[in-house]
Amino acid sequence: MDNIITVSNLTKQFGSFTAVDHITFAVSRGEIFGFLGANGAGKTTAMRMLCGLSKPTSGSGSVAGYDLRTQGEQIKRHIGYMSQRFSLYEDLTVAENMELYGGIYGLSRREVSDRVDQLLTALQFADHRDDLVGSLPLGWKQKLAFMVATVHRPELVFLDEPTGGVDPITRRQFWDLIRAAAAQGTTIFVTTHYMDEAEYCHRISIMVDGQIRALDTPAVLRARYGADTMEQVFYRLAREAKRGD
Amino acid sequence: MKHTLPILIRKEVTQFRRNKVLPRIVVMMPLMLVLVLPLVTQMDVKNISVAFIDHDRSPLTLRMESHLAHSNYFRLCEPVGSFEEAEQMLDDGKVDLVVSIPEHFERHLTLGDPKPILLEANAVNATKGAQGMQYALQTIASAAMEKARGRGAAIGAEQLLTVENRYNPTGNYRHFMLPALMIVLLILVCCFLPLLNIMTEKEHGTIEQINVTPVGRLEFILAKLIPYWLLALVLLAVAMLLAWAVYGLLPAGAAALVFLAAFLFALCISGFAVTIANISDTMQQAIFVMFFFVMFFMLMSGLFTPIDSMPRWAQGITYAFPPRYVIDVFRSVYLKGTLFAELWFDFLMLTLLAVVFNLLATVTYKKQS
Amino acid sequence: MNVFASFVRKECIHILRDPRTMLIVLLMPVVLMMLFGFAISTEIKNINVAAVASRYTTDVRRDLTALEHNPYVTFKGMIREGEVDAALRSGRCSAVVLFGRDGKRHIVLDASNSSLSASAAIYLRSILTADASASALPVTTYMRHNPQLKSAYNFVPGVMGLIFILICALMTCVSVVREKESGTMEVLLVSPVRPVYVVLAKMIPYLVLSLFNLATILLLSHYVLEMPVAGNLSVLLILCTLYIVLSLFLGLFVSTLAQSQMVALLICAMVMLVPMMMLSGMMFPVENLPPVLKQLTFIVPARWFNDAIRKVMVEGLGFAAIWKELSILFAMALALFVASIKKFKDRLE
Repeated sequence: MDNIITVSNLTKQFGSFTAVDHITFAVSRGEIFGFLGANGAGKTTAMRMLCGLSKPTSGSGSVAGYDLRTQGEQIKRHIGYMSQRFSLYEDLTVAENMELYGGIYGLSRREVSDRVDQLLTALQFADHRDDLVGSLPLGWKQKLAFMVATVHRPELVFLDEPTGGVDPITRRQFWDLIRAAAAQGTTIFVTTHYMDEAEYCHRISIMVDGQIRALDTPAVLRARYGADTMEQVFYRLAREAKRGD
Repeated sequence: MKHTLPILIRKEVTQFRRNKVLPRIVVMMPLMLVLVLPLVTQMDVKNISVAFIDHDRSPLTLRMESHLAHSNYFRLCEPVGSFEEAEQMLDDGKVDLVVSIPEHFERHLTLGDPKPILLEANAVNATKGAQGMQYALQTIASAAMEKARGRGAAIGAEQLLTVENRYNPTGNYRHFMLPALMIVLLILVCCFLPLLNIMTEKEHGTIEQINVTPVGRLEFILAKLIPYWLLALVLLAVAMLLAWAVYGLLPAGAAALVFLAAFLFALCISGFAVTIANISDTMQQAIFVMFFFVMFFMLMSGLFTPIDSMPRWAQGITYAFPPRYVIDVFRSVYLKGTLFAELWFDFLMLTLLAVVFNLLATVTYKKQS
Repeated sequence: MNVFASFVRKECIHILRDPRTMLIVLLMPVVLMMLFGFAISTEIKNINVAAVASRYTTDVRRDLTALEHNPYVTFKGMIREGEVDAALRSGRCSAVVLFGRDGKRHIVLDASNSSLSASAAIYLRSILTADASASALPVTTYMRHNPQLKSAYNFVPGVMGLIFILICALMTCVSVVREKESGTMEVLLVSPVRPVYVVLAKMIPYLVLSLFNLATILLLSHYVLEMPVAGNLSVLLILCTLYIVLSLFLGLFVSTLAQSQMVALLICAMVMLVPMMMLSGMMFPVENLPPVLKQLTFIVPARWFNDAIRKVMVEGLGFAAIWKELSILFAMALALFVASIKKFKDRLE
């Protein structure tokens, strides 16, 4: 199968501390890939390396067909990224933020405005087109951040705890968005702390102390650890962690 | 990706317009600069108030009194009875200088056994004290000389020596300060505003969102700086027009030289601002580092005190400070009509420093950790 | 009170974790004192002078020697008559002395800097008329309070005023607004501590830093600039502490107005630093100001501080001489404190 991410022995050290310790895995095109782990397990660091925000200490890999070590800028053209922290411009309007990022990724003016209309309508968000982002409630901001991350129809989107602090209804809507995007062929790489969300993923990896301890479909993982829910699987693995948060 | 630059610039402009405080400050700045600051920055010593105590009241001392009264530098205060009273006024700051003439001064002088005149200045402000004293000595000496030679025959050395004030014949200190103060505008717009802007993006995490996009670091920084460069040049033009309207002050030389120097200076200090933003983690840190340097710049660049009056080692340091050159260009072109050929060193150094600061900015910029 | 202590500790940790800012805060007064003490002087020195002469008579030679040896003048050599304008315009010289054939002398000054040219005129006049002047006139001069004419007497109080405003007002203000921006302020405010203590805890580390800086400044001015405190040290300390507290409250007040650090900083610069430099009499004498601005100086705390501190430090006057300044500063501090607590509470409700 066609892999959009392949990584082997990827490592990141901060001084003597090894945040990410020789991880090896692959993500296939069109997949919803769950990236789980306790706080401090190294998820965000790993993801930042995949996005080209952080340079690996050692190891190799490719994302969207480009080399992780040398073609960081090429990778950036083909991915979308939504950070843990809300990071859109609060003093720009909904539409302005989307237009800005559409433009940055090289969409023409017409393409951008079509795409903005399409996304806003799909979300029933058209009324808030000219609202300042700073004035929106958090759930909406998160949905907007997702739309911005996918405004240029990237092949691959990285979502870092996209539903943190969001109410259950918005969370469900958010996952509808994710699945819709995946259905259109976008690969989703997502970190989360919600185990019910993990069930939505096609495959899951669980990181403990900078290493990938388990990687398979939710069903297989549940069976392997003799658990009824992903939550139990996660507990079983995370309890082995030596480093706390 | 050339076309991303206009998009990013548009974003900066929108954010600027939407800010509640910035546009107002930007409008106020040239006004403050031209209308208020020159009124404040008066270094020339004038209106020194003098208590004149005359225990002699001879023709000579009366002449001295009238010379003091008619000088531009002095203002005689109400007659004071005693020296003690005058000293008290000196301490209270009511007078700056006391001239006390002993009894029978003129008689003793002609007899060749003079009792000295006592001059006492409040020297807490050393410059003012010393200059006031100098002027006072000159004034009473010239009165004495005039008296000695008789009124009509006052040709002595005075007549043989003539003084011509070129370039600023009315001796207006404002005309000297105004062009130089315009750099305050440039420092604020091209140094502080970009610094605050970049640090805000850093603290809000929006810069990280940009870092995962294909936007190059050069584009991102340029998009921030270009609007400020243009704004600075426009504000400079406004300030120059205001200076013309209010004080009738126009550059004696080519205005293009002023703008060229301003642009080079803008490049220097915006590069400097980006460097500081790159090495700072928090706004507070950035602000303090910036204040520290700007203070240096302002105090050592000849804005308020002449560079030539500094000791050699301090003069050496000023060669690394871009404001030194731009201030020199502004003042020379404005007042003396100095030509490009005579200012080549200033322009060369500005260009050099612009390259150095922007190299620093590029080297310290990290898109990746 | 235990809770209060832990709040103070938190603030101290914040400051200590940022050694770069600490370093600058502690170095700033030292650097400023050294700069003003040894590098910058308002006294006009080293005036560049060139001369034009067609015949070298005894008189001309005597005057040229006098120019070469005068400590205030840097003699730049002889030039031709046609070069006078270029020499002045390019800034190579500030004055040119032309010795005429008939014994007349003409001084051409670059008057663009009118203050410098006025001094130059005085110096040159006294050099060139040395023999003829009535120097026989018996005069005793006395420079009250500052017989050695040190400019330190003028700038040390100014530097203090500036440093305290920068550290106390600016740092408190930015650090309060920073917590507002990042949302941690809300967390502090829901703790069982009263809001007043939350903000007071913020100020204590800056108060300590400022007192440390005060000590640095006083020691430097005593031992390095050789300008001892003329008046009573305890009066001086009371005055400085009052001013520091006032600056802290000023910072607090601005922080209640600003929503972002950027705005806080700009307000600080506009309402504190610029007036501080311009209207306090630190660099430019208050009496030179036009009437409207003179009125405006009454609301600038630094102006009162400068007045008072000069009286104590330089003129050696006591408590009685500065009670007016002290009470004005006290009233200002109180007003700012009350206003900011009120604004603070309004925002909470």
